[in-house]
Amino acid sequence: MNKVDQSTHKSKENTSEQKLNSSPKQSLDLDKNHVTVGKPFSDDSKMTMRNVDVFYADKQAIYDVNLDIAKNEVIAMIGPSGCGKSTFLRTLNRMNDTVDGCRVSGTIAMDGENLYAPKLDVVELRARVGMVFQKPNPFPKSIYENVAYGAKIHGLADSRVDLDEIVENSLRKASLWEEVKERLHQPGTGLSGGQQQRLCIARAIAVSPEVILMDEPCSALDPIATAKIEELIEELSQNFTIAIVTHSMQQAARVSHRTAYFHLGKLIEVNPTEQVFTLPEHQLTEAYITGRFG
Amino acid sequence: MQVTNILFLLVGLGAFGYYLGRGRSLAMANPLGGIRRLHSLPSYHGMHVALWCLIPSLILLGLWFIFADAVINNLVISSLEPALLPPDSAGYNLVFNKINNIASGVIKEQGQPLGLIEAAQYMDSLRTMSRWSLTLLLLTVSLFGLAWGQRKITVDFRARPAVEKVMQNMLFVCACLAIFTTLGIVLSVLFESIQFFRSVPLYDFVFGLDWSPQTAIREDQVGSSGSFGAIPLFVGTLLVSAVAMFIAVPIGLMSAIYLAEYAGKNVRTFAKPALEVLAGIPTVVYGFFAALTVAPFLRNLGSDFGLAISSESALAAGGVMGIMIIPFISSLADDVITAVPQSMRDGSLAMGATQSETIRRVVIPAALPGIVGGIMLAVSRAIGETMIVVMAAGMAANLTANPLESVTTVTVQIVTLLTGDQEFDSPKTLAAFALGLMLFMVTLVLNIVALHIVKKYREQYE
Ligand SMILES: Nc1ncnc2c1ncn2[C@@H]1O[C@H](COP(=O)(O)OP(=O)(O)O)[C@@H](O)[C@H]1O
Ligand SMILES: [Mg+2]
Repeated sequence: MNKVDQSTHKSKENTSEQKLNSSPKQSLDLDKNHVTVGKPFSDDSKMTMRNVDVFYADKQAIYDVNLDIAKNEVIAMIGPSGCGKSTFLRTLNRMNDTVDGCRVSGTIAMDGENLYAPKLDVVELRARVGMVFQKPNPFPKSIYENVAYGAKIHGLADSRVDLDEIVENSLRKASLWEEVKERLHQPGTGLSGGQQQRLCIARAIAVSPEVILMDEPCSALDPIATAKIEELIEELSQNFTIAIVTHSMQQAARVSHRTAYFHLGKLIEVNPTEQVFTLPEHQLTEAYITGRFG
Repeated sequence: MQVTNILFLLVGLGAFGYYLGRGRSLAMANPLGGIRRLHSLPSYHGMHVALWCLIPSLILLGLWFIFADAVINNLVISSLEPALLPPDSAGYNLVFNKINNIASGVIKEQGQPLGLIEAAQYMDSLRTMSRWSLTLLLLTVSLFGLAWGQRKITVDFRARPAVEKVMQNMLFVCACLAIFTTLGIVLSVLFESIQFFRSVPLYDFVFGLDWSPQTAIREDQVGSSGSFGAIPLFVGTLLVSAVAMFIAVPIGLMSAIYLAEYAGKNVRTFAKPALEVLAGIPTVVYGFFAALTVAPFLRNLGSDFGLAISSESALAAGGVMGIMIIPFISSLADDVITAVPQSMRDGSLAMGATQSETIRRVVIPAALPGIVGGIMLAVSRAIGETMIVVMAAGMAANLTANPLESVTTVTVQIVTLLTGDQEFDSPKTLAAFALGLMLFMVTLVLNIVALHIVKKYREQYE
């Protein structure tokens, strides 16, 4: 038994080595001045990133990333863990500002406005670029207060009626309204994991952001809750631009329009999702989606 | 032989037993191929022998401590001629003390009645005999234990579980001792208080507005009969504690927020230990600081503003107590604030909240139960604090809510009631127990509520 297993494994390796040899231009070793293959740019871009490097103290986590995120697209970021997906995502709403010693260089712009310009107001930026985290993190407040939080901070509601409306709309958009409308004033932490994550999405969309960043939003959820969130992402993509980090390739395949593959801090390939999962251009992408590492 | 010497001897025997047991198990293991052939490590075998050597003799020693004196005393008393034995218990104690003192050489034999001298000599001989027989008995028991332990050693002998079991039981006994001692103290306070409430009605004590415990020391003396209304004391305690909390809570909380949320690593590594040092200053130092520095300063300041501030004001005592409590509150609050998960802060910041909004709207509300619990623990500390108020708060039991006046506290009164010459069953002395009981109950309730809150808060994120 064992022997057979080993031998098939070996033959697999052999074939991939042969493939590698057949295309000498793209080796598994990353060269210094690598270029992202595929279609990283867009004519109708919402956010543009050029020559982005990110450092944690002296350690570089992101190397020279160039990418456009188009209006109303869902872009998935995949790659082995530790390759810098979260780091890259957090540059887009400057959440890296909260990390000691984190430094970002290059340009990141939204609608042509440089996000790292000294006069930029981070408060306003984060109202325009919402974020959903890996682990659901509702505040220890009522469901209502969770959703109303952003609206209150940004002064979006002039009256209680306004606020009620914002809360209801956001919960509806997050397809949570029917489940919680009877218990709006109970703690958000009392919901199930999947409901909590949808509450966090409702909280994020309550301030009407233009872009929503999601960092592995389903990794703490069971398959049914995951399916609900994926459905929700599809609906949200009609109104919002979404960048989602995921460790699940199936999820990327299901929800995204384009997929970006990161490897050791470098952006290797960006292509329409279908293509990435059927005909990847880069050897590394192929190696990752066929499960050779991850 | 002296009991301490016996103890040393026993410990020495135990160590010897350990050494022997270890050696014997090693000697058994070596021909078979080393320690791995033994069920238990040699040190466990050694421990096992040592325990056999020590525990039975220590138990015997304990029994001797409890019973030996009583047995000897009974023998001596029953040997006395009935004529020498007074019928009432006070006279009985007097005679017995006399015998005891003669026996231990505190009183000279000359001039004492012959019967008493004989009894004393009898007592002395009994004591000597009891010590010698104890020594012999303990040594025999120890040696037997040692031999028995040695005999039990075999390759397969399960010394490890046996030793573990003994260890577990020893820890259990220690825990019980701690609990029973506390319980004993509480019960004794309770019984003395009940005795107090026989002479002063509970209602007068709990709701009385007048506190002046000066009773006559001897019954034939002229003097006031004393009045024991505890309200002024509790009001004074509350006043001083309120002043303390008024200072400690805002400063402690804000320094905690600064340390937990804003301070860089360097400031934190310096400031946290510094605050903890502040918590380690003996309260007596705070006390004379309050009495000698703060109180005169406040009085002079008051006279500059045309305010009459008493030189022993609640303000001075409470203020210094507040400073003492700051590190207590700040370190507790710092703990609960840092326990709020970073994901809460991230969530809020990602919504576009500023750092101070995040702290006010998310971090503090999330940490609030823990902070309240910490404050309540601090209050119960302030209420029970003694040294500062003894030195700085004064003795006059004024019923006032003005912090500029002199007040007294429950703890101060307990101290004054019990210092000096006292009769142990006068209401004046017993009042201290009643005050102590009430104080204990107040802080107990505070602590239970506070711990409950803190615990509930801990569960919130798990
Ligand atoms: N706060 C931090 N400080 C220092 N290094 C970090 C920090 N966060 C992430 N890194 C490093 O940056 C790299 C990328 O991490 P991350 O963006 O979290 O990867 P991913 O999300 O793809 O798993 C990793 O090597 C990680 O060790
Ligand atoms: Mg990540």
